[in-house]
Amino acid sequence: MAVRVQEQDFDLGAELAALTAGNHGVGGLGVFVGLVRDVAGAASVAGMTLEHYPGMTERQLETIEAEARSRWPLEATLIVHRVGRLEPGDNIVLVACASAHRQAALDATAFLIDWLKTKAPFWKLEETPDGANWVDARESDDAAAARWSR
Amino acid sequence: MKVLYFAWVRQRIGLGHEMVNPPDGVATVAALVEWLRARGPGYAEAFRDTRAIRCAVNQEYVEPDHPVAVGDEVAFFPPVTGG
Repeated sequence: MAVRVQEQDFDLGAELAALTAGNHGVGGLGVFVGLVRDVAGAASVAGMTLEHYPGMTERQLETIEAEARSRWPLEATLIVHRVGRLEPGDNIVLVACASAHRQAALDATAFLIDWLKTKAPFWKLEETPDGANWVDARESDDAAAARWSR
Repeated sequence: MKVLYFAWVRQRIGLGHEMVNPPDGVATVAALVEWLRARGPGYAEAFRDTRAIRCAVNQEYVEPDHPVAVGDEVAFFPPVTGG
């Protein structure tokens, strides 16, 4: 029910506590956190800059979230995605889904991150020893998103 | 018409956004790309391989045959890589 795009870091514990606060119908929480790695293929990565399309990004995330809520019985959902310059180890994205039971929570979380990666307009510029490179979209991400098509 | 560019499309063109006023015959995304391509070498380089570019009109993904009109917000960008 909440979508945020922000430069600042998020506090995982505080975000999850707020997501389920006061809702004792929640029996399970699915969580995915994406982090910046220090390698890209053979190259080392000193940092990356995340660019996005303000307005369209939020609309796409809200559309994806609504799709998840139409497919699974969810009590609460949260997507937080960071933009700007990040370094290895930094948080990039948080996806969390709360439901009465674990299967819906886990499946909806996987669905949201798979769809986000192929639909939400974000782009990563990686800093490597050879210079700055725009990350290419991966066919494996398309395949991961396609498994949810119906 | 407002046109926005992101990631390497923005870098090659050298602009993040601009207002354009294409002639009446430019009625689809594909026609707009052809018209933009003629505006300079940066545009030609950005739109060299249109299979590598995605388009949104008024913040929704569209295909090249989608119409464009005065007042639309049109964005061009590479396949997305968030998450």
